[in-house]
Amino acid sequence: MSETLGPAIIVVASTETAQATPHAGGAAVADGVVIAVPPGEAHGSSFPPFDVTTFPSQLIWLVIAFAALYLLMSRIALPRIANILEERHDRIADDLEEAGKMRAESEAAAKAYEAALSSARGKAHGIATETRDKLSAEAEASRKALEAGLADKLSTAEAQIASTKTAAMANVRGIAVDAAGTIVSTLIGTAPASQAVEAAVDQAIEN
Amino acid sequence: MATEIDPIHQFQIFKIVDLGTPGGIELAFTNSAAFMFGIVALVFFFLTFATRGRTLVPSRLQSLAEMSYEFVASNIRSTAGNEGMKFFPLVFSLFIFVLVANFVGMIPYAFTVTSHLVVTAALAVLVIGTVIVYGFIRHGTHFLHLFVPSGVPAFLLPFMVVIEVISFLSRPISLSLRLFANMLAGHIAMKVFAGFIVMMTAGGAVGWLGAVLPLTMVVALTALEFLVAFLQAYVFAVLTCIYLNDALHPGH
Repeated sequence: MSETLGPAIIVVASTETAQATPHAGGAAVADGVVIAVPPGEAHGSSFPPFDVTTFPSQLIWLVIAFAALYLLMSRIALPRIANILEERHDRIADDLEEAGKMRAESEAAAKAYEAALSSARGKAHGIATETRDKLSAEAEASRKALEAGLADKLSTAEAQIASTKTAAMANVRGIAVDAAGTIVSTLIGTAPASQAVEAAVDQAIEN
Repeated sequence: MATEIDPIHQFQIFKIVDLGTPGGIELAFTNSAAFMFGIVALVFFFLTFATRGRTLVPSRLQSLAEMSYEFVASNIRSTAGNEGMKFFPLVFSLFIFVLVANFVGMIPYAFTVTSHLVVTAALAVLVIGTVIVYGFIRHGTHFLHLFVPSGVPAFLLPFMVVIEVISFLSRPISLSLRLFANMLAGHIAMKVFAGFIVMMTAGGAVGWLGAVLPLTMVVALTALEFLVAFLQAYVFAVLTCIYLNDALHPGH
């Protein structure tokens, strides 16, 4: 295809220069621009990109060079860069994951601290209540014991007073009987009957 | 002096080692071939040298290598999807080859490999050849649905098929001509304006003053050419991705 296309383009491209520049080289003026063709380097055409004679060597070396480039890129260079990028990606993901884990841990620790704090507070409150209750119960008990003792003593005292009083009363009667008997005997000279005296005293006491 | 301002001279191919004419075909190791291998070596040694540390936090060179990788990869993913990544080495090789060839061509006295039609045409044929071969291997005759747009009235279908076939066949032509013409025209324009400077400075003091104008043009054109050098490599890679997408998903 290039053999039929190539020369056709060369004719078009080289019409203005081919007439002006002989193949021997040197300089010539075409359209006011100095155009020089170095001797020996022009392969039948003065416009290098359309010079068909250079095509095969360009193509062969391009194929070899590009194949080499493709192999070097796909086998060595690109996997290397991909590896680096992947490693970084993994590392960042790992770091993020670890950071998340640590955050969860610290949150759990904070929660545990809160819980411990509130339980300690509750315990302290309980201890305080318990102590207060115990102390007040003790105070109450001792107060009751004291009151009971006092009431006991009071009642014994009262009983003693009452017995003393009855004893005294009994003594009073005896003394009165004796005194009345003595008085009567002193007055009349004869001792009255004790039963009569006792009855008279009792009657006097009742009055 | 005449050879200095020949704008075509920079495209000249000369033989470094003549290999004779086996089978009537002229073979030689030329300056073009030397530059091709130079590009391959440059790319390979840059990429391996830049990634020698394999560091987690990339050095400048390593991030440049990673950027070129990510750039091509994201292009493929956005045009051909994740499935297109099986063509990644091919697209990357094409992109980096054209890019480095274009940039190497910007070095004064250097040869621009991509300013030769046969090189760009061979690369375009490689792309289209890959599309056709992979398309038939993957989809068989279903690949031909590429030329039959759906939802078209029956009486229009023959015309549409003809148009689709023509558009498919024009792809390698446009792909190769675009790159070739851009590099050729840009380099010629730069050389022509540079030639004006030489011609005008030969005309004395007035000429020296007048040469400021073409000098400004050359500076501006150089900047433009650097842009074009990157842009054409990018366009070549993106179009390659789009054509490969057709091989992956034929049918509209």
